[in-house]
Amino acid sequence: MTRISSQNSSKRVATLAVLLILALVGMVVLSTGMGFIQISAGEVLRVILDRITGDTNLTAGLDPLFSYVVMDVRLPRILTATIVGSGLAVCGVLFQGILLNPLADPYTLGISSGAAFGASLALLANITFLGVYSVPLFAFVGAIATLMVVLYLSSFDGQMSANTLILAGVIVGAILAAGISFMKYMADEQVAMIIYWLMGSFASKTWMDVFIALTAVTGGLGVAVFYGRDLNIMSLGGRSSDSLGVETARVRKILLITGSLVAAVCVSVSGIIGFIGLIVPHLMRFLIGPDNRRLAVVSALAGGFLLLCADTVTRAVLPVEVPIGVLTALIGGPFFCYIFRRRQRGMVYG
Amino acid sequence: MAERGFILDDVSFAYGDKQALAGLNLQIEPGCFYGLVGPNGCGKSTLLDLLMANRNPNSGGIKYNGCSLQQYGRRQLAQQLALVPQDFTIHFAFTVQEVVLMGRHPYLPRFGAVGKDDLAIAQKAMAAIGIGDFAHRYVTELSGGEKQRVVVARALAQETPVLMLDEATSNLDVGHTMEIFNVAQQRVRKQGDTVIAVIHNLNLAAAYCDEMIFMKEGKVAANGPTKETLTPAIIANVFGVESQVNHDQFSDALQVSFRYGSQ
Repeated sequence: MTRISSQNSSKRVATLAVLLILALVGMVVLSTGMGFIQISAGEVLRVILDRITGDTNLTAGLDPLFSYVVMDVRLPRILTATIVGSGLAVCGVLFQGILLNPLADPYTLGISSGAAFGASLALLANITFLGVYSVPLFAFVGAIATLMVVLYLSSFDGQMSANTLILAGVIVGAILAAGISFMKYMADEQVAMIIYWLMGSFASKTWMDVFIALTAVTGGLGVAVFYGRDLNIMSLGGRSSDSLGVETARVRKILLITGSLVAAVCVSVSGIIGFIGLIVPHLMRFLIGPDNRRLAVVSALAGGFLLLCADTVTRAVLPVEVPIGVLTALIGGPFFCYIFRRRQRGMVYG
Repeated sequence: MAERGFILDDVSFAYGDKQALAGLNLQIEPGCFYGLVGPNGCGKSTLLDLLMANRNPNSGGIKYNGCSLQQYGRRQLAQQLALVPQDFTIHFAFTVQEVVLMGRHPYLPRFGAVGKDDLAIAQKAMAAIGIGDFAHRYVTELSGGEKQRVVVARALAQETPVLMLDEATSNLDVGHTMEIFNVAQQRVRKQGDTVIAVIHNLNLAAAYCDEMIFMKEGKVAANGPTKETLTPAIIANVFGVESQVNHDQFSDALQVSFRYGSQ
């Protein structure tokens, strides 16, 4: 168990943040070079700088294909993976903080199932009137609708308890999962697409995806940091936080909606990717303590880094592209079990 | 000059259909130690929630320092009223000092950091409750009693003129209980603060409280100076037990003795 005293923890957080930023930037450049066409880090940087500065001398003598591969194929995917990873981690911080349960994440609230249901519906019914955005849009609507149902089920008299919230999320999630199974059973040729979507993927992402995810995630991170100290105080329980001047019910609702929106956008962009939102805040809390303001920022960096690594492994290292959701579950599942056992034995990291 | 303290005017409150408080009229004055006693489920915690403005009465009004409680902002109230709740679970591994510093939240600007003054106040509060030694331990590693003392220190660090204790010493031994009540009593005597404490132990209440508020089934059964209200008749009416009340020389306070066992 690591011990952190309040005095030296600021330094520790700063160090960790700088390391993570360096690792993230390094990984973006490295990953962009990896793949079927190998491009060196220097060449990647030259292509990117050329686009930013407009100085064509930088790319003189390079294969023009490189520019296309870097800017139009790989970077959108890589950045989307990074941003979605950050978003899922921030969601994890928010949900764990609001629900006072270190094992909470978008799944606990049924939001991911809602998104999956919406996407499956669009795929099954072959809805394409919105072009390529039909499926993400349905996923988004599914996520938001699920959130509203869960909130309705768990609020009584304007009060909302963390336990009923989780319970409502699990129940609604189970109903939706049955619905998804039924749709898979009904679908013939679309079943492969549904399954593919359920397992998550960053293949063929565009700059539009990058932009949508970036807007949602930076917004979410901003809200998380803004209400970070309130969230800290809410870990004392509702009666205490009210008495300390926090408008608990309002802050909880704002953060819950923020987290759900970010989760919905992430899921609608990438399909279902589990465990990032669970593991990353856990690890970071272990390293820097539970202060949610720091936790949100550091988790965003670490989540982006982790998901980018996972996506790079499946895209460029493994001989066959394994769906990213499967990969994160394979890595994250055992980790979850480990944490769960530790908790049960009372060796709570916090 | 506006009236100081609380004035409750015909206050009623219900959870759904279940009436919790009915027609309460009370005046709570500064510079007094109030004991709130009564059987389980008689509405004591609900009354504290109303005084804290955590809940609003269904009918009637509560005034604090001359203004309706609802006119105050959350933050303003948090600078006036502090609460030590019954439930003292802290869900994440904050250090003791971090939790006590949360008591300074009502005074900090949103992006402001904790200053030297805040730290000094927190350390003073920890020292008063005798938890200065484990300032840097994690609250999740503490025993129930230790956690309870941390929460009391947090409320003290809030430096409010009104302190409400909801069974704040339920998990504490006699020594630590007295430590907390002594600190509370000091604040009443020296700074003219108000303490409102829900207490189950009538002898503890008798020793510390200037005034007692007896509650029964959501109503005030009796209230007034301890000397006048702590009587066998009122105890029998409220709790349904036989007792004797005598002045005890050693503690220089009224003490209640009960006839234990069934006949």
